[in-house]
Amino acid sequence: MSDDLLITLRVNEAEHELLIEPRRTLVDALRHDLALTGTHVGCEHGICGACTVLLDGRPVRSCLVFAVAAEGRHVETVESLSPDGQLNDLQRAFMEHHGLQCGFCTPGFLMLAEGFLAEEPEATKAEIREVVAANLCRCTGYQTIVEAIDDCAVRRRRRLQNELDQSRVRSAATEEAAL
Amino acid sequence: MSFPGTADGRGGYVGASVPRREDPRLVGGRGRFVDDIHLPGMLHAQFVRSTVAHAGLLEVDLAEVRAFPGVIGAFSAADLGLIDITAVLHRPLTEFVPTDMPVLARDKVRFVGEPLAIVVGVDAYLVEDALELARVRYAPESPVMSADAALADGAPLVHGAATGNVLVDVSMFATPGIDEIFDAAHTVVTVSTRTGRQNALPLETRGVVAHYDERAEQVVLDTCTQVPHQVRTVTAACLGLRERQVRVRVPDMGGGFGIKCVVGREEIAVAAAAQRLRRPVKWIEDRKDALTASFLAREQAYHVRAAFDGEGHMLALDADVVCDMGAYSCYPFTAGIEPLMASAEMPSVYRVPAYRVRARAVTTNKAPTAPYRGVSRPQYVMVMERLVERAARELGIDPVELRRRNLITAFPYTGVNGITYDPGSYLESLDLCEQTLREQGWYEARDQAAGQGRVLGIGYSCFSERTGYGSGAFAQRRMAVVPGFDMSEIRMDLSGGVTVTTGTQSHGQSHETTLAQIVADKLHLDLTDVRIEQGDTDRITYGWGTFASRSAVIGGSAVGLAADKLEAKLRLIAAHLLGTEPEALELADGTIRPAADPGQAMTYAQVADVAYLRAHLLPKDAEPGLAVTASFDVGGDGTFSNATHGVVVELDPGTGGVQILQYVCVEDCGVAINPKVVEGQCRGGIAQGIAGALFEQVTYDENGEPSCASFIDYKVPTAKEIPDVLIKHLETPCLFTETGAKGAGEGGTIGAPAAVLNAVNDALRGTSVELEDTPIRPETVHAALSRAPRRQPVPASGGEGPR
Repeated sequence: MSDDLLITLRVNEAEHELLIEPRRTLVDALRHDLALTGTHVGCEHGICGACTVLLDGRPVRSCLVFAVAAEGRHVETVESLSPDGQLNDLQRAFMEHHGLQCGFCTPGFLMLAEGFLAEEPEATKAEIREVVAANLCRCTGYQTIVEAIDDCAVRRRRRLQNELDQSRVRSAATEEAAL
Repeated sequence: MSFPGTADGRGGYVGASVPRREDPRLVGGRGRFVDDIHLPGMLHAQFVRSTVAHAGLLEVDLAEVRAFPGVIGAFSAADLGLIDITAVLHRPLTEFVPTDMPVLARDKVRFVGEPLAIVVGVDAYLVEDALELARVRYAPESPVMSADAALADGAPLVHGAATGNVLVDVSMFATPGIDEIFDAAHTVVTVSTRTGRQNALPLETRGVVAHYDERAEQVVLDTCTQVPHQVRTVTAACLGLRERQVRVRVPDMGGGFGIKCVVGREEIAVAAAAQRLRRPVKWIEDRKDALTASFLAREQAYHVRAAFDGEGHMLALDADVVCDMGAYSCYPFTAGIEPLMASAEMPSVYRVPAYRVRARAVTTNKAPTAPYRGVSRPQYVMVMERLVERAARELGIDPVELRRRNLITAFPYTGVNGITYDPGSYLESLDLCEQTLREQGWYEARDQAAGQGRVLGIGYSCFSERTGYGSGAFAQRRMAVVPGFDMSEIRMDLSGGVTVTTGTQSHGQSHETTLAQIVADKLHLDLTDVRIEQGDTDRITYGWGTFASRSAVIGGSAVGLAADKLEAKLRLIAAHLLGTEPEALELADGTIRPAADPGQAMTYAQVADVAYLRAHLLPKDAEPGLAVTASFDVGGDGTFSNATHGVVVELDPGTGGVQILQYVCVEDCGVAINPKVVEGQCRGGIAQGIAGALFEQVTYDENGEPSCASFIDYKVPTAKEIPDVLIKHLETPCLFTETGAKGAGEGGTIGAPAAVLNAVNDALRGTSVELEDTPIRPETVHAALSRAPRRQPVPASGGEGPR
């Protein structure tokens, strides 16, 4: 215990001071020290992906990261997606497409998808399937997970396009007014 | 499917894909799984496990473990003195040998990973460190590592009581004259099949938090089990307590698939430790233990022959089944679970005039087995579907046509196995499945592919799935405890909504939604006014949990009947208050009203107000309150869902890989309460069936050391391997369930291996090879494609290919 380290973890925009063993995994620190139990543990060897969180915006297996190694970086967990209890568009898409049954793997897939779509908003359904293959689900057969993420990506693109179109209209109107 | 279904905005839930009530908390990361439970002062447990497969257990020395800082307790079998777990069939010793499963191994170890001692400490990491300090002395014996080795003359005995290592040996049916039928038959085909040992593999491993509640004088287990009441019974028996001194609660569950419908030894040991230490104790199984030391399933060998006439009608079936059940008999099902399922149900969807079967369960030095989604049906369906395919080849008949000639089409049908099958759509599902693949052009694609050097094949499987095992059907297995019925209590509260208990236990199946749909329709309530309560032995009088696709059929009927009883009481009270007769009333939109005078409607809240708060106004024959209980059991042989699966595969001659190009499932589970939930069960089941057909197998080395201790070695398929599934629904309503529903939990898993194997063999039709075993290994496919000349006519003999 004397080897414990005092670290500061930034999780979902909040800073937490923790006195922990150097060997403690990030997922255990999140779940058991910070009571963020939305992130699940499925295999503890980096294959199932149930523990996927974002580290500086990128999906990582939090069972393969020591908590001390996450100091100074930003951790985002499934709890960050609906901070005020309002489910975000990706979470709603999982519900609409029946992209979950027991729900144990779901937080991992949600964070995997958020990280991926942030980097590749134009991803095709085939590319989404490739990424979904990074994690394991035992209930759904994956089809509805792929469909949920694809549907969410399509809607996000459409929304972005609408916003762009509207801002173009607005700026055109502004230009006209200036003339 | 429109939603809601009726003009008044209420009712019409059954048949609608309403959103799941479970989802908001699960996608929000606010579910509550067992490892999310944290109790004040909670300790953490892990197990010292056997490192040898078969040995006398001379000593478990925990002195150094106990001295390790932070360890609070360490207990071996001798320390805890618990009663053994013993699952029993009431059969003669020639048919069934009962064996004891000690909670912690005593005197002898029977597989690598068997729990020897429980170590409890203040921190989960520290406990893992302390496990290393246990000193165990063994007197090694030769391990018995296959069914063949177990049955060999002079084999070492896994259990002293089980002569020849046989736990179950049943011979059934033996239609008189069956040998003569085989002698005289136009064609006899044989199939010898072996299927790999599998892990049901819920993504959440097993786990429990146990504590002693001083106020209630109860040992309380929060545990992820499919069968809370059975866990209570065994915990009480092992700890020497009364049933009421044990409470079992079930949090959200991360899957089960059968592995959690038996009582685990670890659950009991953790409860005992918590009782002794008077502190909460948590045990979460790690993945290595889940892969090696939990319950497994499915390792079976079939030697089956079938006789056919010249037109392809099946005349007789003769089967020998050997199931490698591993080291122990599971509670409550026993080692009979797989052989008894296979022997009773093998004729499947076909008319089989004569039948004989011998089925055995043998014990070996491997982790024990439990029911796993489908239980033997994935295997015997594969055998039956290979038999019809082989007969079709020998007789030169199209395999789909040969199936048509043998499918049961007139219902009810009582088979040679004594089972009466309720109406289904066996032929219609086959026709629609074949039609779908034809219309999509897959037959042309297959034939054109051959000219392009590609190797495509099309395969089918037809099957049924008994989903309503009542106590009568289970009694035929002669289990000492007979599952079957279920019971529900429904309570209307002052707000006019209801809480409904169920003895079934969702572990992903959506009971909070689907059972509420049934009740909401019955009582004309909004879905949000129905709350389903499950998984608490103190709140639910009794239940058999969830397995064998029983929940919609039996649990769904129990909640429906309870709602009917509540309706009767609402009518009684409201009729009295409105000065009319109960029969003159109708339920509508959360109110009860005279059919002739809807303006006189009373809300349920108004009726409840009288029932609870102004009981002096009740009619004389009505007790205060609005709570009633109902039970449902299935009479006769229950109900059968059915389906046909059609699969197109492409084989890679370079790697031997099998790629699924199309997967069509035509299913009939009667009335689908929530079609999206049914489709989810189909797709997930099919994924697990494909996993068994192509990927997953638990193996051991010759010393009994498990070779699959991680997901590196146990290959669970991902979204890259599992295809999209096209699902088509047929609906033959069940005649005796409250909703017309049949079960849908296992069908996908049952049908997939046969369809995939048949498709692979169709792709190999130009070779001299026919594959019979699963998982189908790439090296096997590669060898078949590289050794044999392709695109040559199939020899008339059908080819008993090299194995």
